Amino acid sequence: MTRPGTIAAGLSGAVLTGCQGAQSAFDPAGVEAERVLTLFWIMLAGGTAIWIVVIGVSYYAARGKSGPYSDRSGIRLIVWGGCVFPAVVLAGLLWWGLTMMPELRRAADGPTIAVSAERFWWRVAYAVEGEPGVIRNLPRGGVPSANEIWIPLGKRTEILLSSPDVIHSFWVPPLAGKMDAIPGRVNRLVLEPTRPGVFNGACAEYCGTAHTYMGFRVVVVPEAEFEAYVASQALPAATTDGSGARLFVQNGCAACHTVRGTAADGDVGPDLTHVASRRTIAAGLLPTTVENFAAFIRSAEHIKPGVEMPAFGILPEEEITAIAQWLGKLE
Amino acid sequence: MQVFGKTQDNLWTLVAAPTIWGFHFLFSYFLAAYRCAPNDDIFNTIGGTRAAIAGVTAVCLLLILLIARRAWREWRADGGGYSNNQDTPEARERFLEFSTLLLAALSFAAVVFETLPVLVFWDCR
Repeated sequence: MTRPGTIAAGLSGAVLTGCQGAQSAFDPAGVEAERVLTLFWIMLAGGTAIWIVVIGVSYYAARGKSGPYSDRSGIRLIVWGGCVFPAVVLAGLLWWGLTMMPELRRAADGPTIAVSAERFWWRVAYAVEGEPGVIRNLPRGGVPSANEIWIPLGKRTEILLSSPDVIHSFWVPPLAGKMDAIPGRVNRLVLEPTRPGVFNGACAEYCGTAHTYMGFRVVVVPEAEFEAYVASQALPAATTDGSGARLFVQNGCAACHTVRGTAADGDVGPDLTHVASRRTIAAGLLPTTVENFAAFIRSAEHIKPGVEMPAFGILPEEEITAIAQWLGKLE
Repeated sequence: MQVFGKTQDNLWTLVAAPTIWGFHFLFSYFLAAYRCAPNDDIFNTIGGTRAAIAGVTAVCLLLILLIARRAWREWRADGGGYSNNQDTPEARERFLEFSTLLLAALSFAAVVFETLPVLVFWDCR
C-alpha cells in the first residue's frame, strides 16, 4: 500500500471505530436515536448536494462565462436559487422534523424513573409515583440508586429529569437525543430501546469542574430481568455488620451516604446500598473494584477534580481497606 | 402624502412587514409558553391556543400581503427597475419599494414557518 493509502486506511479506521460502541449516535439502539440518525444522513446528503452546486456555480462564475449577465437572468437566479429553493427545502425539513416530535414524545407504557442530575453524579429512583409531567419537582420515594439506570427492552420508559443545583443535560447517544435537567422544572424523556446492551450516558451541558466526569451507564435488559433488578435494589444491604460497616459510620461517611440496613442515612451523595452491583463508581469514571473504592476514599479529589467528597487519606490504611472491602460486598 | 402620483415610501413602510413578523413570533412564542409553562397537563389538547395563533397568523399574513401588493404595484408602476445607482428621489423611491417587496416576501415565509408547529402539536409535549 502506498503511504497516502496507508494514512487514509488508518484515518478511516479511526473514524469508523469512533462510529461504533456504547456511546455512539451512529450505532443506534433506540427508536429516537434511529430517527435522529436518519435525519442526520438526509441532512448530510442534502448539505453535500447543495455544497457541490454552490461550488459549481462559483466555478462557473469565475471561470466559465466572461461577459456580464442581463438583469433578467440575474434576478431569475436570485429568485429561484436564493429564495424559492431554500424556502422549499427548509419548509420540507421543518415539517419533517416537527412531525417526528409528537410520535417520539407520546406517552410511556413502561416504568417511570426519576433522575436527578447533581454536581457531579446522577441520583436515580425507580418506580416513583406521580403522573407524567404533573410535577415541578421530582417525586420523592421510589427505589434509590445512582449512576446506573436499568430499563426494560421494547418498552417506553419515562425518565423524569430535574436538578437541585445547575442545568445539566441527560444524553445517551445510542438511545435518544439530549434532554436538559433544569432546577425547578421536570422535563420528560421517553427511552424506547430496540436491543439489549450497556450504553454510556453523559452530562451534555457544562455544569462545573467535574462535568466531563459526570457519566452513567444505561443497561437495557428484558422486562422480567428489569423487574427482578428493581426488586433486588429495593432490598437492604447484603452485609450490614463487620468492621467495614462500623468504620463507615464511625468515620462520618454516613453523613452523606445511605446504606439501607445500617445507621448510614446521609442524603448528600449516592446511595451505596448496592454499590458493588453497579458497573462503575464515581459516576461512570472507574470500574467497580475494591482497589478503586480504596483509591477514591483516599483521595476523591485526585481522581475526580471538583467532587464534593473530601479526601479521607488521613484514615489509617487498614481502615480504608476495611471500608473498601465492605463496599465491595454490597451487591 | 402623495409623490409621483402614489404614496411615498420611507423607513416605516420598509420595516412594516418585518415588524408584523416580529409581533407574530413574540405572540405565538409567549402564548404557547404561557399556556404550557405550568408543565402539568402535557397530554391535554390546547385547541384554544392553536386557534388563537391560527387567527393571528391569518391577520398577519393578510397585512403582509397588503404591504407586498402596495409595494409591488408602485414598484411596477415605475417600471420595476433594479438599478438604484442614481441620486434622485425616483431612484430612492424605487429602491424602497423593491426592498419593501422583498422584506414582505421574507416575512410571509417566516410567519408561515412559525405557524407550522400549530398544525403538528395538539398538546404541550
